[in-house]
Amino acid sequence: MRDDWFREDRLPHIYCAGCGNGTIMNCVLEAVERTGWDQKKTIFVSGIGCSSRAPGYILTDSLHTTHGRAIAFATGVKMANPSLHVVVFTGDGDLAAIGGNHFIHACRRNIDITVVCMNNHIYGMTGGQGSPTTPIGKTSTTTPYGADEAPFDLAELAIAAGANYVARWTSFHVKQLTESVLTGLNTPGFSLIEVRCQCPTSYGRRNKYREPVDYMTYLKSHAVLKEKWERTAAPGAELPADSFLVGEFVRRQRPVMGVPDEA
Amino acid sequence: MQGNIASAEGALAAGCTFFGGYPITPSTEVAEHMAARMPKIKGACFIQMEDEIASMAAIIGAAWTGARSMTATSGPGFSLMMENIGYAVMTETPCVIVNIQRGGPSTGQPTMAAQGDMMQVKFGSHGDYSIIALAPSSVQECFDLTAKAFNLADRFRTPVFLMADEVIGHMREKIEIPDSVEIVRPKTLAEGALPFAPGPDGVPGFAAFGTGRHIPVTGLTHDERGYPDTTNPARHESLVRRLISKIEDARHDIADYAIVNEEAEYVFVCYGAPVRTVREVVERFRIPDTGYLQLRIVWPFPEDLLSRFPKVKAFIVPEMNLGMMAREIERHVSVPVIPVSKIGGDLHTPEELVEAVRVAGGLL
Repeated sequence: MRDDWFREDRLPHIYCAGCGNGTIMNCVLEAVERTGWDQKKTIFVSGIGCSSRAPGYILTDSLHTTHGRAIAFATGVKMANPSLHVVVFTGDGDLAAIGGNHFIHACRRNIDITVVCMNNHIYGMTGGQGSPTTPIGKTSTTTPYGADEAPFDLAELAIAAGANYVARWTSFHVKQLTESVLTGLNTPGFSLIEVRCQCPTSYGRRNKYREPVDYMTYLKSHAVLKEKWERTAAPGAELPADSFLVGEFVRRQRPVMGVPDEA
Repeated sequence: MQGNIASAEGALAAGCTFFGGYPITPSTEVAEHMAARMPKIKGACFIQMEDEIASMAAIIGAAWTGARSMTATSGPGFSLMMENIGYAVMTETPCVIVNIQRGGPSTGQPTMAAQGDMMQVKFGSHGDYSIIALAPSSVQECFDLTAKAFNLADRFRTPVFLMADEVIGHMREKIEIPDSVEIVRPKTLAEGALPFAPGPDGVPGFAAFGTGRHIPVTGLTHDERGYPDTTNPARHESLVRRLISKIEDARHDIADYAIVNEEAEYVFVCYGAPVRTVREVVERFRIPDTGYLQLRIVWPFPEDLLSRFPKVKAFIVPEMNLGMMAREIERHVSVPVIPVSKIGGDLHTPEELVEAVRVAGGLL
């Protein structure tokens, strides 16, 4: 963790041993540092959940808000003062369930904020309930016989709703993730970086990934680089079961909101 | 000018630079007027959010950048805002919420007047807290009290509510717009002071985002640094008691009211649209022995004002609900409190209030 951005007096943190959130925070702070942004002008906003505790450990102004509403709060911050840089930390439940409406409308507005979603496929803080990204067949305290609802693809959702920058990586891909966050921060308009990450305590324990390294191994072996897939797969081929695309999905320049006037 | 537009103009006169809202009858003209006016004001922002939950969230976010921020809604939207209203209380975020009340419960009567949210505004969010609520009874008061709401919000660092109703919101009257309105900004957070350490008045100094104070704002129970501390009973109790007492202890100082005929035996206590009928009865009809107390600020409740009527035999409380504030008054007095409740959307008629006085006289 970057020392000058870290609130050391907040230690010990609340994250479980083996949690992926610390890795993601580190990548995000590395990227923020590389933008050269003024620490005073950088604001972190979050909702509720494990991921959403992240701003509390960062030495900037921050808003730890209500469940699912982080993007709506961030919209107020950014529109009231477009010279501030706004980064949102969120989880899959926070972003896609209770916050789904704010998510798609922020993509539609293409407001100039960067959203980092720590997607561990489960509600960690409340003890392991299913989320809108729990894969079919995976178990949680509210899907004890295996999830039977199709999960959201957060990246596809953001692309369809109009975001300017959309990428997906995992907590294994720290270098690519850092680069991707940096690109998101520097791209005007709405950026979503989805990060699939391990939750050994709630998700792993119930789904045969009890050790953090087990889920990291899964992430590494089942993540398929988008460019490679497009280059090598037969036309129309389905992704192998359980695997998912990673990479930069969209980088475009649709009209944006919340960018300061050049004048 | 229309009441809703007067409210918007009062906000702009007070320096409101952020409006986040979602259309709902009968408050819509507030947002429409802001949408027309704000893009022409440098640094101001109007944004139509995706719902009322987002509207409330956005004005809180905007307030933390130092902007004077506002939203406007009506009952169903007000209910949706409740969670984030509690967040504004807990995080001591100054902001203004206009509620042009309509008939409920549920979607009820969208185009008809009511005063059915008077308890929701005080108790609607979860947990214990206190808020400030104003109630205009004329178009002029829509302007004046909206401007005043921003000063109270900043002084006490709390959400402040303008609890109007459809009659007042859609009424058209001539008003006087002053050249300028008094503007009281929040106390600045002293150098080296902790962001949630209260001053002698119980209110912490404020530092806007971007000014280098690195303030962690959270809706969790927090210490004076803003750091979460959720399992310490003493911490929670002292924080919540302070949030309440910073407002309740000042209630006589911030009370805003009109008293007519302190010698009255039958005293109307009123706020909002029914004030107009009460005035007609007391001042024009001159029914003997009647007087009134008009509350322009209903919360925190200024109960000392009730003792200003030494000869009172009964308080008569006309409301466009089934007796919400009448019950609050009852808590503070030993004489009978007679609610004159009217729901459905029509104002009380003078005859109905004269009859209430007659009935009160017969009961005593």
